[in-house]
Amino acid sequence: MTRPTVAVWKFASCDGCQLTIIDCEDELLAIAAALDLRMFLEAGPSELLDHYDLSLVEGSITTEHDAERIRDVRERSGLLITIGACATAGGVQALRNTADVGAFTAAVYARPEWIHTLATSTPIADHVKVDLELRGCPVSKEQLLATITALLAGRRPSVTSHSVCVECKQAGNACVLVAHGAACLGPVTHAGCQALCPSLQRGCFGCFGPSEAANVDALHATWRATGLDDGELVRTLLTFNAAAPVFADGAQRVQFRAKEDV
Amino acid sequence: MTGSHAPVAVRLDPRVGLDALVRLLAADGYRVLGPVVRNGVVEYDDVMSGDDLPTGVTVEQAPGRWRLHHDDSGLRFAWTPGAESWKRYVFPARQEVLRIRRTDGSFAVTRPAPPERPFAFLAVRDCELRALAVLDRVELDPSHPDPRYAQRRAGTFIVAVTCGTPAATCWCTSMGGGPQPGTGYDVRITEAADHHGHRLVAEAGSERGAQVLIRLAATAVDEHDLAAVRSVAEAATQSMGVRLDGAALPTLLADADDSPHWQVVAERCLSCGNCTMVCPTCFCSTFSDHTALTSDGSAVVETVREQSWASCFQLDHSALGGRAVRATTADRYRQWLTHKLATWQEQFGTTGCVGCGRCTVWCPAGIDIVQEAAALVAERARLNSAGDFRT
Repeated sequence: MTRPTVAVWKFASCDGCQLTIIDCEDELLAIAAALDLRMFLEAGPSELLDHYDLSLVEGSITTEHDAERIRDVRERSGLLITIGACATAGGVQALRNTADVGAFTAAVYARPEWIHTLATSTPIADHVKVDLELRGCPVSKEQLLATITALLAGRRPSVTSHSVCVECKQAGNACVLVAHGAACLGPVTHAGCQALCPSLQRGCFGCFGPSEAANVDALHATWRATGLDDGELVRTLLTFNAAAPVFADGAQRVQFRAKEDV
Repeated sequence: MTGSHAPVAVRLDPRVGLDALVRLLAADGYRVLGPVVRNGVVEYDDVMSGDDLPTGVTVEQAPGRWRLHHDDSGLRFAWTPGAESWKRYVFPARQEVLRIRRTDGSFAVTRPAPPERPFAFLAVRDCELRALAVLDRVELDPSHPDPRYAQRRAGTFIVAVTCGTPAATCWCTSMGGGPQPGTGYDVRITEAADHHGHRLVAEAGSERGAQVLIRLAATAVDEHDLAAVRSVAEAATQSMGVRLDGAALPTLLADADDSPHWQVVAERCLSCGNCTMVCPTCFCSTFSDHTALTSDGSAVVETVREQSWASCFQLDHSALGGRAVRATTADRYRQWLTHKLATWQEQFGTTGCVGCGRCTVWCPAGIDIVQEAAALVAERARLNSAGDFRT
């Protein structure tokens, strides 16, 4: 087996997903041996090649410059896999999409006129073809490794898009929503984290974004029947995957119903 | 129960007697599994002594709601089962099926060893006994038995318990069962607390069950004990009533496939799959391969094939030619309900539902399978009387 050349790219993001790669402590030597890592600024390598067999892309597109850069990355890449909520759904910074970016820049920067930014934060797939998306804020180390090893073995990675509840029940957790009335987005959230938060007796906050058949309206009814707050549901939906259409539209309908009821 | 011997039945102290039973089964080489309270729910796990089992625990169940309560009654079996069922032990949520290791120019396959000890299941309700029978029918079918299931199921010692406090969501009496297990157990325990005292009445249901009870060297039961067993079961049965004619459901739901009611349910359904995960008879599973990296990175040398629970609420469950055949939530809910309550009969000669109510309680949206089935049946009846019934 030849070692595939690999690049890891960063766009608008917190670096947490890249750190997840470095955080594969027990497997790090094996990864470094199996992959020919040529571009990964966070870890050191910085060779600009005409072609990488695999590109892992973290972050969203928030500037004209990055919109140019992702097209360049795409041209240099065989497979392009996005890692994390920013690259896949625009990330927490996509909250700007429904706000006034000019006001944000003015509030934060001493010289806002020096800041050249777009009005939106958009996922990589809005700009170029993406071969596979890994969800999460950050991505799951296990899912990342499973994807890499599947590709090395010439097998299709098995990334499932059903709800967190499936993994949660497989793990044998007590349902925090049904048994404790906890605020949980698990029923509408994409699996892949092995139900990390409910395994620690706290509600899922949806960092993997919407599941394949997410029904946010039904979850709203469920939260209300449980005595949970509409506002908290909106805030939770509009966090890490604020621009994922199913969460964004769902949150809007929750807000609409909340206003109607006042 | 064998031969002409008098049935073996003894009176056990709710604390000391239960403890002795747990320890005896463990000493006999069983892996004893029983109810434990953890994170506010009742689960089944390894138990080492009688004290590991709940005491003074009751449960409040409603659609989409489960709450545990503690009291000072000292009762041992006043709880009802939680989301967990014995399915997890005979048909694990995730299990290794085989391991393939590449060696020089060839490969070797190993399969996991069977369990070292047979299971002893403690506090098995009638619904759960029937659920095991339903799973046995599917997994041990002579034409395609599951060898891993067979290994796990072999020699299971069953300590059944009479269900004295059925929950509001229980409907076993509609699905051919009842609060009192009638067969298929080694020992049956009924908890009685009346003016004759608080005690457990343990009756043998098999020769090995009788041997265990004899070795406990407990007091033989008297007529008050046996009367208490009858009255506990009768009171529980009466408290439940019959919510639906379970036996008629295959016929009543036979042509409900184009009902507009599926869409009504779909609007409330989260499509999360919880109902199927907690169902003690749902047996769908999927297989996936997991490859380990070797430290020298030279090659992938070991792959583990894993079997894990799957759900008919997953899109890829019905994927054919790259697309889901059951593309909408209405399609998937229809598949779940009609398979469970109707077409299972045609496929396996039994019902797929034992009336435990788990799918209703653990549905976050609180969709009640009985209510939905009843609505469909009523709709069919209306159409029928309007002469609009398809033939």
